[in-house]
Amino acid sequence: MRSSRQLSPLAVFLLFVTPAVRAQTAPPPAVVQQIDALATDDGTAQRAAVAALGESGDRNVIPTLEALREESLYVWTPPNGTRRMVIARDKTTVDDHEQYLLQDAYGGARLHQADGSEISAPAEELQEVSVDRRVRTAIQVVLERFKLLDSDPVVRRAAAKNLADKGDIIALEALAKAQAAEPDPAARTVIDEAYNLLKLSAPSDQDKLAAISRLGVLRSADAVPRLEELRKTASPQLQAVILPTLDHIRWWQKVNRLLYAVFSGLSLGSILVLMSLGLAITFGVMGVINMAHGELMMIGAYATFITQNWFLAHVPAQAFGFYFLAAIPLSFVAAGAAGYVLERGVIRFLYGRPLETLLATWGVSLILIQAARFWFGDLTAVAAPSWLSGGIEVIAGVQLPYNRLFIIAFTMLCVAGVYLLLLRSSAGLRIRAVMQNRAMSASMGIATNRVDAFTFALGSGLAGMAGCALTLIGNVEPDLGQNYIVDAFIVVVTGGVGKLVGTVAAALGIGWLNTFLELVTDSAVMGKVLILVFVILFLQRRPSGLFPPTGRAVEY
Amino acid sequence: MEPQAPSDVSPQAPRVLAVASPDHTLRDPYRRVSAGVGLIIAALVLVVVLPLLNVIGRPLPGTEDVGAWYWISDVELNLLGRYLSYALLALGLDLIWGYTGILSLCQALFFCFGGYCMGMYLSLQTGAEGVYESTLPDFMVWNRVTELPLFWQPFHSFWFTMALIVIVPSLFAFIFGFLTFRSRVRGVYFAVLTQALAYSTWLLFNRNSMNLGGTNGLTNFKKIVPTFFGHATTFRLSEPGVQRGLYVVTALFLVAAYLLCRWITRSRLGRVLTAIRDNENRVRFSGYNPANFKLFVFTLSAALAGVAGALYVPQTGIITPGKMSVAASIDMVIWIAVGGRGTLVGAVLGALIVNAGYSYFTTHFAAYWPYFLGLLFVAVVMLIPRGLIGLPAQLRERLARSSRRGQTE
Repeated sequence: MRSSRQLSPLAVFLLFVTPAVRAQTAPPPAVVQQIDALATDDGTAQRAAVAALGESGDRNVIPTLEALREESLYVWTPPNGTRRMVIARDKTTVDDHEQYLLQDAYGGARLHQADGSEISAPAEELQEVSVDRRVRTAIQVVLERFKLLDSDPVVRRAAAKNLADKGDIIALEALAKAQAAEPDPAARTVIDEAYNLLKLSAPSDQDKLAAISRLGVLRSADAVPRLEELRKTASPQLQAVILPTLDHIRWWQKVNRLLYAVFSGLSLGSILVLMSLGLAITFGVMGVINMAHGELMMIGAYATFITQNWFLAHVPAQAFGFYFLAAIPLSFVAAGAAGYVLERGVIRFLYGRPLETLLATWGVSLILIQAARFWFGDLTAVAAPSWLSGGIEVIAGVQLPYNRLFIIAFTMLCVAGVYLLLLRSSAGLRIRAVMQNRAMSASMGIATNRVDAFTFALGSGLAGMAGCALTLIGNVEPDLGQNYIVDAFIVVVTGGVGKLVGTVAAALGIGWLNTFLELVTDSAVMGKVLILVFVILFLQRRPSGLFPPTGRAVEY
Repeated sequence: MEPQAPSDVSPQAPRVLAVASPDHTLRDPYRRVSAGVGLIIAALVLVVVLPLLNVIGRPLPGTEDVGAWYWISDVELNLLGRYLSYALLALGLDLIWGYTGILSLCQALFFCFGGYCMGMYLSLQTGAEGVYESTLPDFMVWNRVTELPLFWQPFHSFWFTMALIVIVPSLFAFIFGFLTFRSRVRGVYFAVLTQALAYSTWLLFNRNSMNLGGTNGLTNFKKIVPTFFGHATTFRLSEPGVQRGLYVVTALFLVAAYLLCRWITRSRLGRVLTAIRDNENRVRFSGYNPANFKLFVFTLSAALAGVAGALYVPQTGIITPGKMSVAASIDMVIWIAVGGRGTLVGAVLGALIVNAGYSYFTTHFAAYWPYFLGLLFVAVVMLIPRGLIGLPAQLRERLARSSRRGQTE
């Protein structure tokens, strides 16, 4: 047995995760006796003591067991005192000698002298309690069982899953108890599943049979590999049950995947709508190919990032979650202002020459990307506000994340807003008038220059809001826009240039198609390639998109 | 939204695109002769003089000699050779964009098709000289591919490879062009579709399962072994003489392509192409089918790009999917715009100038190249729409305008 040891990195880590001070109550004598019993070389005796400690249900022994597992539990023999069990992790220096700070074995609180100073001891006075692998496993099981009774349902669920994975049959009873006591229905299902998964290893066929049928009812995905395993050795009687159960679970998994694909298609589609809305205005209505559209999204994303940092620095922590609500209009304003400058500075000289706008705005996008790289570095992440983390679990195994749901709702709001603005407001009337017949509008007294700038700023602002929303699902990078620009153009072209309905329909259609093609081909790249093939073939049939402009003009 | 009328009713919108057309100057016989002499001199300098300087000015090996003042080092000649292969591509791009008015944003893709064909041939020639001493290319050994995929097989043969360098890009362009031009996809729509094409092919080439080296592409080339009349001759790419030879071949191809394009643009065919650029509907109403002409010029430009890529690869020693990214194709368009769209000399000059600028900036201040390139895009489009070639004429016109204004006041 080694008399002294270095602090392991794990010990240092645990130091931060285990609170040093716990509620101090007088330890029950039975528990103290079991803790003392740990100080032995006999593994069997140690395991018995660990099991007894687990049975006690006293949460103050958790630090004891954790310390024992990582071999930080010591027998301390002070020069003029009685032996006692302590936990020793941190070093200190007393009179130029290295000493260990001591913690109570029961509860893990630091030991103090009567005058309040911390007690420490040199390595010579400490004797390590060593454990073997089997004892460690036993400790693991006991600790998980304690977690089954934790106040946080997430911890309880994780513990149940862990116990099932460990496959130690002795945890069965604890799981049954935990399930009976479980108030949270979702956690109860998880514990039920873990219980039955463990029960698959029970010796009797009777128990196995019960477990299999229960797992079938629960449609447990984790059970599939275990049942496959069991099938190889099982009796014919069990085989007859296992096969239909497996089929049932697999069928359910297929249904799940399909349902999830429907949702993620909608989610992808709404992201496409959001990105393409601004483009539908600048490209569709104004005839400008704005290759810097993606960079306007990038500006919106960085506006969100800056808002987040400002909130971190200046706003109390409780209100931090609201930064995202503030970031939405700010990103609109930031990207809109950039778009206004772009229109006044470059684009207004190029109306009617779409291919030239493509080149000029590509140049602008190069400058913007490099500038962003210069100011912000290569990669920054925005932390999603807490009220958008998590999701709704509609059925077991299918979770709809809040951030995706938020983007879908936000997209609907944006589409409604653009619709109202363009088709139900006087500003929208002017925009449409200028786009249809510039000369006539000018002679009717519309300031066409101002309308151009306003329209372009509006499209750019929408791009900014799309960028803000994208921070919920991805990193903020200087070339963030480049990943989306091709998709956005394809959507607008497929939908029919100048058509809001077309853009929305095309975006949703492409979103769904993409998700399903990904599901079928099992590869994101092939999904994208097939989408392109599909779009080209589609444009064979309808060269002007889903909703072509109607009229007698030859060219659009 | 409601039905929209054509949006090109803006008063600032000239339908005829600004291009520098040299036609009026060429009716003058003296100019015509001097243009021809200039062309011959330029060709001689590129094909004969520069490689010769590389030979005769060479420093003595093993001494402190740095070479004659007029010596063109191997590195410089190699760099110029790469620029010339870009210029070859630029000729094709000028035909389709400058003359016919179709903005194709997938020229880099065709360049890479040719480049990958050449790269596959060179990888197979490397054979057992590779890192793993396997007959398979190195990346296949990493990816645990045990047998050469079927589509690699033709690239064992030199002449098959030469044929495929032209066939693969032009066939691809033909099929894509057939589908798009037939359904009258044009202008912006065509640009967007070609961009999407470049994007998705780029995604494909990045995958290891394509068996084309994934993101790392093809590299570690050793030798070219062409067979003439049954005799195989080995040219090692590491030798300066072989690199010089590649340079000369590239320059010859460029001159040949220039003459071909010149012939096309001055023929009736070329006039139809220009007419399509200026008013496609009027061409159609005159009884021509613009789709056929567009298909021809798109396919030809793809073939030129493929040859350019194949010449580029042995001089660079590597080909990666990065060369076919969306950005690469758009950057090529600016070469033409800088030089002067609608003039063949402009396309060649533009490719040389922009790439020389790129090499200069990336060695001296790499961080500023994107700013410079971005400004170049904006400035060329807004200030000199006819490019450098058209700049003197533009200045003359401006001068004439201002002097006329002076007279009337």
